Amino acid sequence: MIGLLNYWVVFALMLLGLYMTISSSNLVKKVVGLNIFQTSVFIFFISMGKVTGGTAPILDEAYSAYSNPLPHVLILTAIVVGVATTALALALIVRIREGYGSIEESYIRDKDRESGS
Amino acid sequence: MSNPIPALAICLPLLGALLVLANKDRPNLRDGISLVTTVLLFFLVLSLYGPVMAGEQPAWQFISPIPGLAMGFRVEPLGLMFATVASGLWIVTTVYAIGYMRRNKEKRHTMFFFCFAVAIAAAMGVAFSADLLTLFVFYEALTLSTYPLVAHKQTKEARRGAKIYLAFLLTTSIGLLLVAIIATYATAGTLQFTPGGVLTDKLSVTGLTILVCLFCFGIGKAALMPVHRWLPSAMVAPTPVSALLHAVAVVKAGVFTIVKVVVYIIGVDNLAQTGAGDIVLWTAAFTLTFASVIALRKDNLKARLAYSTVAQLAYVVLGAMLANSAGLLGASMQIPMHAVGKITLFFCAGSIYVATHKTEISQLDGLGHRMPFTFAAFFIGSVSIIGLPPMGGAWSKWFLLMGTADAQQWILMGLLLLSSLMNIAYLLPIVGRGFFRPLPAEEASRLPAGTIEESPMTCVIPLSVTAAGCVALFLYADAIHDFLLPLFP
Amino acid sequence: MSAQLPILQLLFPLIAAPICSLLHNRNAAWLLSALATWASLATAIGLYYQTANGAELIYEVGGWPPPWGISVNIDSLNALVLLLITGMASVLVVAFPASLTIQWLGSRARLYYTAYLLCFASLIGITITGDAFNVFVFLEISSLSTYALVAMGRDRRAQLAAFRYLIMGTVGATFILISVGLLYMATGTLNMADLAERIPALHDSTVVRAAFGFFIVGAGVKVAMFPMHFWLPSAYSFAPSIASAFLAATATKVAVYVMLRFIFGVFGAELFFDVLALDQVFLALAVVGIVVGSLAALYQDDIKAVLAYSSVAQLSYMVLGIAVGTASGLTAAVVHIFNHGLIKAALFIVLAGIFVRFQCTRLSDLAGLGKFAPWTVGAFGVGAMSLIGIPGTAGFISKWYLLLSVLEHAWWFVALVIIASSLLALAYMWRVIDALWLKEPSQLVTERGREAPLRMLIPAWVLALANFFFGIDTTVTLGAAGRAVASLLGVSA
Repeated sequence: MIGLLNYWVVFALMLLGLYMTISSSNLVKKVVGLNIFQTSVFIFFISMGKVTGGTAPILDEAYSAYSNPLPHVLILTAIVVGVATTALALALIVRIREGYGSIEESYIRDKDRESGS
Repeated sequence: MSNPIPALAICLPLLGALLVLANKDRPNLRDGISLVTTVLLFFLVLSLYGPVMAGEQPAWQFISPIPGLAMGFRVEPLGLMFATVASGLWIVTTVYAIGYMRRNKEKRHTMFFFCFAVAIAAAMGVAFSADLLTLFVFYEALTLSTYPLVAHKQTKEARRGAKIYLAFLLTTSIGLLLVAIIATYATAGTLQFTPGGVLTDKLSVTGLTILVCLFCFGIGKAALMPVHRWLPSAMVAPTPVSALLHAVAVVKAGVFTIVKVVVYIIGVDNLAQTGAGDIVLWTAAFTLTFASVIALRKDNLKARLAYSTVAQLAYVVLGAMLANSAGLLGASMQIPMHAVGKITLFFCAGSIYVATHKTEISQLDGLGHRMPFTFAAFFIGSVSIIGLPPMGGAWSKWFLLMGTADAQQWILMGLLLLSSLMNIAYLLPIVGRGFFRPLPAEEASRLPAGTIEESPMTCVIPLSVTAAGCVALFLYADAIHDFLLPLFP
Repeated sequence: MSAQLPILQLLFPLIAAPICSLLHNRNAAWLLSALATWASLATAIGLYYQTANGAELIYEVGGWPPPWGISVNIDSLNALVLLLITGMASVLVVAFPASLTIQWLGSRARLYYTAYLLCFASLIGITITGDAFNVFVFLEISSLSTYALVAMGRDRRAQLAAFRYLIMGTVGATFILISVGLLYMATGTLNMADLAERIPALHDSTVVRAAFGFFIVGAGVKVAMFPMHFWLPSAYSFAPSIASAFLAATATKVAVYVMLRFIFGVFGAELFFDVLALDQVFLALAVVGIVVGSLAALYQDDIKAVLAYSSVAQLSYMVLGIAVGTASGLTAAVVHIFNHGLIKAALFIVLAGIFVRFQCTRLSDLAGLGKFAPWTVGAFGVGAMSLIGIPGTAGFISKWYLLLSVLEHAWWFVALVIIASSLLALAYMWRVIDALWLKEPSQLVTERGREAPLRMLIPAWVLALANFFFGIDTTVTLGAAGRAVASLLGVSA
């Protein structure tokens, strides 16, 4: 029995990712943090669908307990969304580096201030 | 009973405005169109007297944007009187403006006459509104359409004055008047102007007092202190604008709205029984005294007339807040009486400016002999404003005094008399200077004594007409009195 | 055919989008997007009339009955929102080519159209779906395409704004995902109608309460509810102006719709008002948002930033309407969704037209433009009047209802805040009008001052006149809002 352990793991990962997203000044690290945050939610969904002793939901005479496939299917979609988000974020970072010559947020902020925005 | 004439009265000047715009390259045709529109409008308004005298109230409802909130027009005696004053004086002002603008070589005539016509359309809308919301829409339209007129000269000073004008009127109307309207709707469930009011027994005395204050201070056009500041600022406008808008359309739209709100929304009896108007009553009393004191100290002719207007408008508010028959009758009669008197004075001020480019009172020495018509008209207008017979202004002052007596407000009566004395003190010396002081030496030597050097006929004729109007109003005041009496039993 | 209407409007842009990305001819790409948009509008109008009697249309996607399959539900509320999205898009799409003639955007026209179509399709998707998880998916599609649209701005700050929006937006969307997961845990369904039936029994469940909390925060980011509004001003300011017009008119409005739908159609008004008393939180946040947004708008030099901060305040009006929770309050919120979309579309499209001419929208550079471009500035003036809430314009209707609803509760303080913010709106719009009309023309304006391109000016005036139309004839807006509110309150009762 693992009790609520999976939720604690999810919770820890979530906070970790969120903290990283907010606190790092490096834009790539922000994206990494965002990924950890999203992944924690994926794990949450996957563990939620797990039925103790259950197997993959392929109908067979030998099994009577199946895991709930719905959350797993949902999370496939969410993973695709997550990948797309990461790709777009990285593309934006490339463009930001082209424009500012840096991916450090503090540096970029100074540059914006200099250009008198 | 659907009658499209009130709607026509709004569309007609708008149509005129468009035609003015279309003919901007043909000045004579353009000014001709303005003139024809004014006359047509006046007759259109007069045509409403038939049904109204017969006791009907021609109405025309056009939209209902929110369920239970109809917008439309309804002609009742008070509004008809205001519309007559505005449209009638529009004719003379147009004649005057054509002369004034051409002689002074003011620029942008087309814009001027365009805005002028739109402003009159808005004034007609205010006069004929059947409910507070319609009234509010046209009230704002009046503000916005007169703004370019105030800023007409495009100088820095003109822009500053116009900005103050707009800031005061928009802030008060949105910040206070609209709140009052919504509060009225929230308590009474209707905004229709209903004889006897819609708020009887619906609000506590405190609530009603607050509402009355919101209305009276929210209607910034009535220039009750401390929201009177826009009026002197707006005097940067060309004189015909000051004449029509700040003696007739704009300020009278303000006090007219207050009277209308008292009669048809708050209810005269309701106001009288609760005493909810006391704060405004005393503010008006203060305003009319204090504005007269300021007027005494102004040397600029138009500034003095502006503060005189502030004081005279307070008479109307005071009469309305007395909430008795005589007071309201006086207040209502003060609207046409003061309009005709004050427009005469403004015409004279403009006439002096056109002929001599003088703006200060101290420069007017001896001008009376050069410009006898102008100064004679100024004298007649002054006497009417002061309220002495045989001028129209005497009647409204008389009924106002009766009103204070009926309400047993002896202090107010004293203040009214004191204010009349001050009127004498700040108006008649102007005439005195013109006739009894000698011309300054250098000017006297320029022309032989006795030469008449008036402003153009297009200026002199209108001011003579309005001066004659002051006398006529004295003689035929009973017609107005009988026309309005059924409203204030 | 008419039975397929609910899904058709989504399919038009969704199918057009990938084709569009292959069309190298700019005009062909535009034509395809325009046709798809107009087809959606025609469908939305059809749906509006089908729901005009208060009926609810339920369409089973792929023939799978809910709760197994995904259902598409159209009632009066989302019919109105659909009308807004498709209507605004249909008008704005006319102006796209003219605004994309600017060089750095011109070469990317087809990508712009693709992103626009995806965003448009997903906004429709969010609005029509009856499935909670589906909301998340479409929300993410719309967000991703929005980030791309914002990043197409010329300034390098556009990319930074897009990135910051992406971070906040993704966190917000993930919060919604968590909420959906928790809801599924507690109830075992994702169908909104089913959820609404099962949740009342679970009011004491911590899981449901947590789900509600996560949802509010996540949706709050999308709505730009104070204090989660930081992405909005920079995103709207640096995005291509015409994209700002589209986003301001539709994206945040759809987010407000999602909030309304979940609060009343999923979690239930009882949980929101009585059990958790979240209306107090909403009320406080809305009041602060109104004040902060209006004040910030007063101090911006870029006109787009003025409008963006004003959006923060105006969106708070809708949140306030939700917090009031009575019939008139919700009517105010629903009508304001529509009217504010109309106002902001009109204002932003004018700015886009100005931008095409001057490549900037700074107030100090555009002084005196009114003398050279009276029609352009005139359309802006009409939009400004509606934003302030002058009677006779659309903005007045929503403000009227909002004030009435607040007065019904006798919340005098809140009423004062609304009035004060109207005055602030007057002040910040007046600043703009004053500079555009009355100041002496700046050097830039004297050199290059002329009207916006006709293809932008006409849509701008169509929208401006629509502001008058919907301020005078309110049968469509108030009618739909009234029915929508009745069904929202009916569901929760």
